[in-house]
Amino acid sequence: MRSSHVKFYQTGTFTVGNRLLNDSDRSVQSTMERTNSLNSGHRACQGCGEALGARYAIDAAMRATDNQLIAANATGCLEVFSTPYPETSWQIPWIHSLFGNAAAVATGIAVALRVKGRTGTRVVAQGGDGGTTDIGFGCLSGMFERNDDVLYICYDNEAYMNTGVQRSSATPPAARTATTQVVGPQPGNVFGQGKNVPRIAMAHEIPYVATATVADVRDLEAKVTKAMSIHGARYIHVLVPCPLGWGAAPHDTVKLARLATESGLFPVFEAEHGEVTDRSTIRRQVAVEEYLKPQRRFAHLFKPTLQSEVIARLQAQADRNIRRYNLLSGETHR
Amino acid sequence: MLKQIEGSRAVAEAVALCRPEVICAYPITPQTHIVENLGEMVKAGDIKGCEFVNVESEFAALSVAIGASATGARAYTATASQGLLFMAEAVYNASGLGLPIVMTIGNRAIGAPINIWNDQQDSMSMRDAGWIQLYAETNQEAVDLHIQAVPLAEELSVPVMVCVDGFILTHAYERVDIPTQAQVDAYVPPYEPRQILDPAEPVTIGAMVGPEAFTEVRYLAHYRQMQALGLIPELADAFAEQFGRHSGGLVRGYRQDDADTLVVALGSVNGTVKDVIDQLRERDVAIGSVSVISFRPFPAKRLRAMLEHASRVIVVEKSLAVGIGGIVSTDVRMALAGTGIPVHTVIAGLGGRAITQDALRDYLLRAHRDAVERVTFLDLRHDVIHREIERLETQRRSGPVAENILRELGSVADRIG
Repeated sequence: MRSSHVKFYQTGTFTVGNRLLNDSDRSVQSTMERTNSLNSGHRACQGCGEALGARYAIDAAMRATDNQLIAANATGCLEVFSTPYPETSWQIPWIHSLFGNAAAVATGIAVALRVKGRTGTRVVAQGGDGGTTDIGFGCLSGMFERNDDVLYICYDNEAYMNTGVQRSSATPPAARTATTQVVGPQPGNVFGQGKNVPRIAMAHEIPYVATATVADVRDLEAKVTKAMSIHGARYIHVLVPCPLGWGAAPHDTVKLARLATESGLFPVFEAEHGEVTDRSTIRRQVAVEEYLKPQRRFAHLFKPTLQSEVIARLQAQADRNIRRYNLLSGETHR
Repeated sequence: MLKQIEGSRAVAEAVALCRPEVICAYPITPQTHIVENLGEMVKAGDIKGCEFVNVESEFAALSVAIGASATGARAYTATASQGLLFMAEAVYNASGLGLPIVMTIGNRAIGAPINIWNDQQDSMSMRDAGWIQLYAETNQEAVDLHIQAVPLAEELSVPVMVCVDGFILTHAYERVDIPTQAQVDAYVPPYEPRQILDPAEPVTIGAMVGPEAFTEVRYLAHYRQMQALGLIPELADAFAEQFGRHSGGLVRGYRQDDADTLVVALGSVNGTVKDVIDQLRERDVAIGSVSVISFRPFPAKRLRAMLEHASRVIVVEKSLAVGIGGIVSTDVRMALAGTGIPVHTVIAGLGGRAITQDALRDYLLRAHRDAVERVTFLDLRHDVIHREIERLETQRRSGPVAENILRELGSVADRIG
C-alpha cells in the first residue's frame, strides 16, 4: 500500500488546527453541525476552486441564518456540476432559471418571502464571473440599486469555464483563453480598462461589499457570516482558481489564490456603503511572476522569450492595487 | 360596477381584484398605464399583501416574477413588443419551470422600423413558448380574461398571456363592468403552488435534463395545454354563471351557422369584422365569423366543427410570417386538413394601420367570389413599394428602405387611417 506524508500545517500562513481554538472561533466546516449544503458526489473537476468556495460560503450562510436559506443559481459550472438530475448536491432549496437572471430571480424570492411573512428565510444568489460581470450584470446592478435583500456571491474563475474557457470581462490581460488565443503580435487577452465589479458594487453604495479567495476560507466564512447579519443588497466576490482553465495543477488551487493576493493582483477587502472599511494586508509580497508562472494560460509570457514589458504592465496593476488599498502596511482589523 | 374607464385602468383593476402578491413593472408602450395604475394601488395600500417591484428591464421583470412564483407568491407582470422579445428567454423558462405567472401583453408591432402602434407580431413570436395565450376582443373581455387567467394558470401550473390590442383597447375609454372583490374572491381560489422553495422541504428546481427525459418533459407541457382545452371552456361557463355574462372560452362564432364565407380573427378586430358582416348580410352575403380567443392551446377541433360547413375561410391576421404569409392561417389550415376548404390570408393592421370597414368589406366581397390571392396585404400602397423595389434593383447603395419610403411620403400625420 502506498503512503504519503501528511502536512498538518502549511508554512507561511497563520493556519492552525481547529483543535487549538475555542469552539466559538472554529470554522463552520470544522463543526459537526455543518450542513454540507453542497454535498459530496458532485461532478466538479479535481481541485475546483468554485466548489470549495461555494461549500464554505453556503455552509456559513446556512449557519448564519439558522438553516433558513434559499439559493438562486446562474447557469454555469456550479449549476451544471451540482445538478445532473436525478442527482443534486444541494441540500437547500435551490433554483436555477437562466444564465443572466440569478440576481433578479433572487429578488423575486426575497420579495415573495417578505409578502408571505416568511421573514426569517434569507436569499443567496450565486454565479460565476460570466453570469455576474457579463450577461447577468444588468440584473445585478438592478438588484443593487433597489437594495433588495439578497447576498450575491460571484465565484470568479476569470473566464467562461463551463463552455470551454472563453474570455469574460473578468479575464486578466494577456491570459490565454479559447477566444484570446496565443497568436499574433499581442498574444492572449487584450489590455482593456478592466471591469472591477466589487468597485462597481461599491459605487451603488450598497451596505456591504467584500472580496475573498479560497486561500483564506476562514475569511470567506467570516465575510459571509457578516453579510448575513446585514439586510439589503450585499456582494461578495470570491477568487476561485480553475485548474482546467488556468492550466494549473489541481493541488495548486489554494496556492494560486494566495499568490494572487500576495502579489497584489487580487486585493482582499471589505466595504460598507461605498467606503473601504478593511483589507487583508500582504504578509509576504511576491512579484507577479510567481503567480503567473505556474499557470499555462500565461506560459507565453515566459517562453519562448520573456515578455518583460507585459509582465511589467501586470506588475503595475498589482502595485496600483497595493497603493489603492494600502495592502503593505498597517494592521488588518480582523 | 359599471365604469367609463380606460382599458389599461380596467385591466389593472381586474388584476388587483385577483389579489396579486408580486407585481414587476418595466415601462413599455402601450402597456405602461397598466403597471402605473397597479403601482399606485399598491403604494396607496389598496392592494393588500402585495409588493410592487420597479425593475431595470423586461428580462428582469419576468425573472423577478419567476423567483416570486417559485417561492409561492401569485406573480404578475405586463409587457409588449420589444419588451416581450427582450424577456424571451425568461418566457420559455417560466413555462418550462411550470410557474403560473399571468402576464398582460399590450399588443404592439416589433421593429425595425421602430413602431409603437398595434399589431400582434409580439405575442405571435412567443406562440410556441409554452404559455397559454388568450386574446381579448373588448375591454370587458380583457377584464374578464384576466380574472379567468389566474385560476387557469394556477390549476394547470402553466403561465398565461392575456393579449390586449395596444391603444385600440389599452387606451380606449369605454364602459366596463368591474366586478366586486367578493365576486372575484368567490371565483379565484387562493394559490396552491405545485412546488415551492422552502427550507422546511428543500427541492432543487431547474436541474439539467438530457436526452433521456427532455422529450417527456416537453410532451407534458403539451399535455397540460391539451388539458387547458377542457379547462378554458369550463372556467368560461363558471364565469358566466357567477358574473352573468359570457366571456372567454376557446372560440366564439358570429352569424356563422349558414355562412359560406367565414372570417377567423383574434382580438379587437373582431368588432370591425362583425360590423362588416352585418353590412354584408344586409346585402344577402352569407358570411359569418369565428373569433379565436384561445390561440394557445389552439382549439383545432372546435374550430373545425365551426368552419367545416363553409365554402371558404378568410383569416384576418395582424402579424406576418415573413417568407410565407400568415401565422394563424397555418394553424387554421391544419384544423381544416382534409376538408379541401380553401383558406385565404389577409394581412391587416400592421404597425397600427387602421383596418377600415371599407377596405375589409371590399376585400371580403372579393373573397366571397373567390377572387383573392392566397395571401393579401390589406390596403397595401402598390405605388410606394414599386418605387422602392425599382430603387433596390437599380442602385446598389439604395439606402435604408423605411427611411426612403418615409421621405417620399412626406408628413405622415395626415395619412394614418
